[in-house]
Amino acid sequence: MENKNWKAWLYLLPAIAFLGVFMVYPLVDVLVYSFEEGYNSASQTFFGTGLYNYSYVLHDPYFLQAVKNTFILVIITVPVSTGIALLISLGLNSIKGLRDLYQTVFFLPYVTNTLAVGLVFMILFKKTPYSDGLVNLLINWFGGESVDFIDGPYWAKMFVMCFYTVWVVMPFKILILTSALASVNQDYYNAAKIDGTSRWRTFTRITLPMISPMIFYLIITGFIGAFKAYSDEVALFGTDLNAAGMNTIVGYVYDMLYGDSGGYPSYASAAALILFAIVFTITVINLLISRKNVHY
Amino acid sequence: MKVVLQNLTKKFPNRNKKGDDVIAVNDFTFEIPDGKLIGLLGPSGCGKSTTLNLICGLEKPTSGRIFFGEDDVTNLPPENRGVGLVFQNYALYPHLTVRQNILFPLQNLKGAAKLSKAEMLRKADEAAKLVQIDGLMDRKPSEMSGGQQQRVAIARALVKMPKVLLLDEPLSNLDARLRLQTREEIRRIQRDTGITTIFVTHDQEEAMSISDMIVVMKDGIVQQIGKPQDVYDNPINLFVAKFLGTPPINVFEGRVSGGRLYVGDDEVLRVSGAEDQPVYVGIRPEGFIPQEAGPLCCLLSGVEVMGRDTSVVSSHPAAVSVNVRSIIAADYPINREAETVRFALKPYKVYLFRKDTEERIPFEAV
Repeated sequence: MENKNWKAWLYLLPAIAFLGVFMVYPLVDVLVYSFEEGYNSASQTFFGTGLYNYSYVLHDPYFLQAVKNTFILVIITVPVSTGIALLISLGLNSIKGLRDLYQTVFFLPYVTNTLAVGLVFMILFKKTPYSDGLVNLLINWFGGESVDFIDGPYWAKMFVMCFYTVWVVMPFKILILTSALASVNQDYYNAAKIDGTSRWRTFTRITLPMISPMIFYLIITGFIGAFKAYSDEVALFGTDLNAAGMNTIVGYVYDMLYGDSGGYPSYASAAALILFAIVFTITVINLLISRKNVHY
Repeated sequence: MKVVLQNLTKKFPNRNKKGDDVIAVNDFTFEIPDGKLIGLLGPSGCGKSTTLNLICGLEKPTSGRIFFGEDDVTNLPPENRGVGLVFQNYALYPHLTVRQNILFPLQNLKGAAKLSKAEMLRKADEAAKLVQIDGLMDRKPSEMSGGQQQRVAIARALVKMPKVLLLDEPLSNLDARLRLQTREEIRRIQRDTGITTIFVTHDQEEAMSISDMIVVMKDGIVQQIGKPQDVYDNPINLFVAKFLGTPPINVFEGRVSGGRLYVGDDEVLRVSGAEDQPVYVGIRPEGFIPQEAGPLCCLLSGVEVMGRDTSVVSSHPAAVSVNVRSIIAADYPINREAETVRFALKPYKVYLFRKDTEERIPFEAV
């Protein structure tokens, strides 16, 4: 028995070594930094230990702005993108001709570079003294005033950010949901048909429960992904997100490490751990809710 | 409710578009009497499931009409036909309990047909009692055995008191013992409710044992319709003869010549009424009588004792299949060491079929 154990550990060694060096050690390190005040990575020195870093971060208006932005982003984009993806998948599932074409079109954003797409969005939504983007042209055409979506009011920037995020995360969700819908046994629908079930009831009482594990998976990963948003914002508003007022928590962490005002690994660690706590809490809540509503 | 099928035909377009249409059901005409249990029987791909789908409305016929009683339901959608369908895989909603599953069809009722909650529960309980699962109402389908799930599926199909109950391969997902039990159960439920029931199966034993009438199909064409025993005793062609009966009928190459029937070179019977011609000779396994000087001489290859009967496995040069299998009562002694075994034949268990069309040739033994 002991011999066997020894062998098992030996086989696990490569994986454990990798995980230890590249996962566990850095994570513990982050935890340690977050309690060390004024840690300097060059000189490996710090003044003291305590909760000061957390206190600083939580009182930093930039961080609070980042938390607010992130939450708005999460709360809007996760339900909206999942909902629209579900509608599109249902549509895709019920058409026959051109289905492959549409599927490809809907999946294209997934393989497109985020920064390139960001550039396109900037052009679409731009407003300069010389020329307006397509969106503003449309607004003008309907008799509205041009809005500076990229460098203007907060709501306009937030709108573009949410719009963009939804657009970027949708393809994957459509892909997952289309295959989930296709895997529901046709017999269930036939049974429902013979019993005269209305379309709406078929959808809510049969389709939704049947694909609920996949929807749940998308919501969980959607939450986590949206909480960790950063690159999309950079693509739209440039690297100085604090100045644009569009920073996210991950953006804040990055700024604290490498930004123009950076060089504070302790603050960054504290912010990262706060983000971890938030994501963890939300995921646990999700899991609790799912126990009642997800049918495996 | 009697069900009338009139020249029912269903064609499916061929997968590769250039090919001809696939004819799943070809010109099916049959009047199913009220309150009977009908077995649609045939090998897989013979169109029996398509027929079922046509009756319940999941498929539209290419031509022909369907009547329930006097009403033409050919163009009615399934929900307006008043049919209950039990699927081969039961199609129970896995996320709903047994009670919710049985209630599901009732909750769909709208307008004047709408029932109160209490009424629905009462009906669901009634249906559950009928199939004897009333103690399992709060279970999920995954927490039940196959046989229990089958009952739930039947209860769900029955709860609206359909005019016609359709069962698609109802027993194929059950093990042998449950299959026996469940088919009795289906028979009982059908008798209790008096609902015209049509079920599809590829298992002839299943169909024979519980049906009032069986319909044997092949390649979309109805071969024979009748009471199980009649069809068994008077198969119209070689296919029906081969399809019904376990062990299957033994087929030999033979010929009729001068009022004598030859199997290979053995002259086995004197016959009248059949012209001289080469024929297929079908002999039911129970049609053999072991006899010292019997006319049919087979090479003995094995004896299987099955308790009540003995199964003698032998071979004959003129047999179409490798083995000739005969079932004889256990009190006939068989010398297991012998090289050959000789049989006399029961003439009414012997059938002749034309070589070309495989149709039955009537004859009389003299």
